[in-house]
Amino acid sequence: MGSGQSVVGEPPVQEAPPAAMPGAWRRHALAAGFLAPAAVFLGVWVIYPTLRTVIRSFFDADGDEFVGLDNYAELFTSDVLLTAIKNNAIWIAVVPALVTAIGLIFAVLTERVSWSVAFKTAVFMPMAVSAFAAGITWRIVYVKNPDQGAVNAGIKVVKDTFDPGGVLAAARPSTDDLRQAGGGIELERPVQPGDVVPLGLTAISTDDVPEGAEQAVRPEPLQGGITGVVWRDFKPGGGEPGRVETEELGLPRVKVELRDAGGDRVAQVESETDGTFAFEDVDPGDYRLAIGQETFARPFGGVSWLGPDLITPAVIIAYIWIWAGFAMVVIAAGLASISREVLEAARTDGGTEWQVFRRVTVPLLAPVLTVVFITMLINVLKVFDIVIAVAPGAVQDDANVLALAMWRTAFAGTSDFGVGSAIAVFIFLLVIPVLLLNIRRFRREI
Amino acid sequence: MATVDTAAPAPRMGESPASRVLRWVGKAPVHLILIFVGVLWLVPTLGLFLTSTLGAEDFQDEGWWQIFSEPSKLTFENYESVFDNEDITSALVTTVLISIGGTLLPIAVAAFAGYAFAWLDFPGRDWLFILVVALLVVPLQMALIPIFDLYNRVGLFDTVLGLVLFHTAFGLPFAIFLLRNFFIGIPKDLMEAARIDGASELRIFLRVVLPLGLPAIASLAIFQFLWTWNDLLVALTFGRDTQPITVAIFSQLRAFSTTIDLIAPATFVSLAIPLVVFFAFQRYFVQGLLAGSVK
Repeated sequence: MGSGQSVVGEPPVQEAPPAAMPGAWRRHALAAGFLAPAAVFLGVWVIYPTLRTVIRSFFDADGDEFVGLDNYAELFTSDVLLTAIKNNAIWIAVVPALVTAIGLIFAVLTERVSWSVAFKTAVFMPMAVSAFAAGITWRIVYVKNPDQGAVNAGIKVVKDTFDPGGVLAAARPSTDDLRQAGGGIELERPVQPGDVVPLGLTAISTDDVPEGAEQAVRPEPLQGGITGVVWRDFKPGGGEPGRVETEELGLPRVKVELRDAGGDRVAQVESETDGTFAFEDVDPGDYRLAIGQETFARPFGGVSWLGPDLITPAVIIAYIWIWAGFAMVVIAAGLASISREVLEAARTDGGTEWQVFRRVTVPLLAPVLTVVFITMLINVLKVFDIVIAVAPGAVQDDANVLALAMWRTAFAGTSDFGVGSAIAVFIFLLVIPVLLLNIRRFRREI
Repeated sequence: MATVDTAAPAPRMGESPASRVLRWVGKAPVHLILIFVGVLWLVPTLGLFLTSTLGAEDFQDEGWWQIFSEPSKLTFENYESVFDNEDITSALVTTVLISIGGTLLPIAVAAFAGYAFAWLDFPGRDWLFILVVALLVVPLQMALIPIFDLYNRVGLFDTVLGLVLFHTAFGLPFAIFLLRNFFIGIPKDLMEAARIDGASELRIFLRVVLPLGLPAIASLAIFQFLWTWNDLLVALTFGRDTQPITVAIFSQLRAFSTTIDLIAPATFVSLAIPLVVFFAFQRYFVQGLLAGSVK
């Protein structure tokens, strides 16, 4: 191999013009015998159907009537199929590049640690598993409820650390002088130092009462200050709205704001376990009291990964989880074949690690990176199993890709073999440049 | 030359313990990143396994991590019911049959063809081989509709045989490509010697080439096994009652959250066999991958 630029490599056994010798026919018959089973399989199951599908794509759903390019027109007018094309374009734009880049990073990093085998095994493992099983694995990861889905649980932990959710998501004011404004609750009348302000809230279920709440207390007035109480203004069996009564609980940790006449916040305090709060040393004048919106912020309910908006990124993440290992292993093998001396020489010449990586390693790896990129390109055009596994039935139109659209058009429900064939041909056309590239590369190798 | 020596990186042999520690500390970010990523990569699979040991009601309460606080919730009852479920067990048997057939048949067919392409002389050999290379990337979507029609006409629809034949055909281009490239690397002298001894081509193929080609055949067998075991699309298209495990699970997906106590363990069973194969034959798997990463 290697040297010849012609397609016709030198035959292993040198011979005179074959047909002239009686033995040549026997040789050819022998070769035909060795090739016959493969020829039958490839002919019947690959080549014949490929031609048949091309022809079929010009006929209607039942195959009775010639419809010209109508099926292809359908491909570019039907909403469902256009979504599939658009999504597949996203896949093509994002996945091959990302997988190659991640594989390169992993391969370079693992070269520097002694336990690289453990890491490679962990990352490579998903390659062995079916894309379908991997899809189900990720569907469990993506469950929306943060109590069940791991991704949302992780986001919730981070979010709660920096920005804990409000204590009272559903609460409403109990008296008319309070109104809901800007996500919070505001007292309509002005207050002055020395006032005692009851802020009654209702529609808080027993479960939602913050932990540690005690019997609410109406505080005493404070000289030069404003006091008040935030409490659950609800007494089982009835009670008077706006009055603090027995069995009514104070609401702790509610953030109460004191605002000046212009509406700007001048102070903020948190209520005690009995619901009381106090602003001390308040200058004389008119103020407004409000409970800030953060108190009523809904707790994190989970990102809807499996909803119509995020489903494609969600499936792509799962797909990268599968294929990063492949890219890493192939690139690592390429990296291992780069001569150490070349790298050492570059370092000796004063190159920083980054320069060596950028100017020496990556250019030397270019052929390997190309192989990985092209392999992923083909894979992405045929992606099917993982989409059907991760995306729930209701969002499969939103997650659609060409291979899934082809299968659903032809075999699920509509059974339109005409349009189904057209989609298949479309996928095939997209693969053809890669096919030609492979042939060219291979002709050089023979 | 002395100046070059000083500029060269310090030889690792004579390194003092202190600088070794320093070097390790300098690498600490790399270690941390890799540990983090490695763990991240394992979490989904771990999550699937732990979910598979939870009852459906337990899953409604909280995710699989509740097992860390309440280890008693880890039971294998779900697995017992999976193996009592006849749909699942018969699907597993079907999967095994498809995988064995879909592995052995293409290897046998491809070994003959690979030998012919590597060592037999016939007109148009290189062009035919280029055709095989071209077929490597033909999407199997191109074959689904015509083969569906064909199978319905000849009675291969919904049969294990039909699935095996389809997997064989679509496994062949890669198999022929891999084996031909491996066979051609066998030293010519060995073949010549056997020919001079008067061995027939068939004998050379069986006694010389096949034994020497075993590593490549092993790689191929693993690939083909995983490919057929993991298939969903082909079985979904050409089968109705002939369901491998992937299709059996697929038909449960509609009621995902209520049948999670069946879906999760069944999925884990379906993925356990490929994992065992992968860990047992990792070397061959990687070799095959590197040899054929044009597919």
